[in-house]
Amino acid sequence: MTFLLTQLQQDIINQYQKGFPLCSRPYKALAEQFNSTEDIVLREIQVLDENGFLSRIGAVFNHQKAGASTLAAIAVPESELDSVAEIVNQFEQVNHNYGREHRYNLWFVATANNDKALAEVLEEIEKLTNYPVLILPMEESYHIDLAFNINFAVAQQSRH
Amino acid sequence: MSQLSSAQHLHQLEQERSVTENDSTGIFSTAKSNIAVNREKDALSLSQQQELRAILEKGLPHAAQPYLLIAQALNTTEAQVLAQIQLWQEDSLIKRFGLVVKHRKLGFKANAMVVWNIADEQVDDVAAQLSSCSEVSLCYRRPRRLPDWPYNLFCMIHGTDREIVTAQIDAMVKKFSLSYVEKDILFSFKAYKQQGARYTKQGI
Repeated sequence: MTFLLTQLQQDIINQYQKGFPLCSRPYKALAEQFNSTEDIVLREIQVLDENGFLSRIGAVFNHQKAGASTLAAIAVPESELDSVAEIVNQFEQVNHNYGREHRYNLWFVATANNDKALAEVLEEIEKLTNYPVLILPMEESYHIDLAFNINFAVAQQSRH
Repeated sequence: MSQLSSAQHLHQLEQERSVTENDSTGIFSTAKSNIAVNREKDALSLSQQQELRAILEKGLPHAAQPYLLIAQALNTTEAQVLAQIQLWQEDSLIKRFGLVVKHRKLGFKANAMVVWNIADEQVDDVAAQLSSCSEVSLCYRRPRRLPDWPYNLFCMIHGTDREIVTAQIDAMVKKFSLSYVEKDILFSFKAYKQQGARYTKQGI
């Protein structure tokens, strides 16, 4: 796999995962920091988005304050993994769903407005998949630092 | 949140904006006039707050003035949208506001969930030790589900290479004398879904 990101794209990614300017022209603020222009910054972010590097620019809400949320897992025979994953994915309340190497091989995060709504979603998943769901809500958060630092070779194309 | 502190936050935003009001393009004139609106009338209603949350979960519109577009959609002012986001950040309702990347696409493909069965009386200490390692991005305590699931401490390591991640875990085990602890390493092999959490169903 080859992907080349400009230095500006890498700088934007490295510096703005934990905070984004709260002002009328945020991309202009970014541009000033990087000696660039608002148009270029907007375009670079568009490129990142179109090439699938960016999920969104937005808020990650505190699960406990924002509503109910839990990690959950299902042990699925390998031959059924894709089809069960598809059933789980159909739920709008499921935001992450990964295959992992373990007897419990399907891991997902479900969120809802409140505990009751969350429980209903999980019950429905059990019913539709026909497998019991291991429900593992967070009891204590010790550490969260979900920012990814990248440092790739810089794309050779001109960016000026 | 009291009226007073809301007003204080708005005041801060005004001060920040006054620095940029010299901008020769005159782009800020709209925002400036919005600020003049009576603040109490200006406060977001609960349904507007709900809508704003839904928008922020999905992501800012791709435009030079995203907050202004949001304000127009909510029928409020840009200043109020900015103030609300800032308040939520200070209240920690928003734990992160910024770019959300697709980490697998960026080369972080060796993603290990390391699960440990730590004695209850030691779990806080071990969690603090593991959290001190720069390669650990998340560390949570969760309930055991016996007999199927004996693990109560979870940490995530997002790495670019499986061997490096395995070596990092070995180093942690050695450094914190955890070789006696029952653990498991669950590398992910496929992302079936990755999207921001949707607590709210409505949106624009």
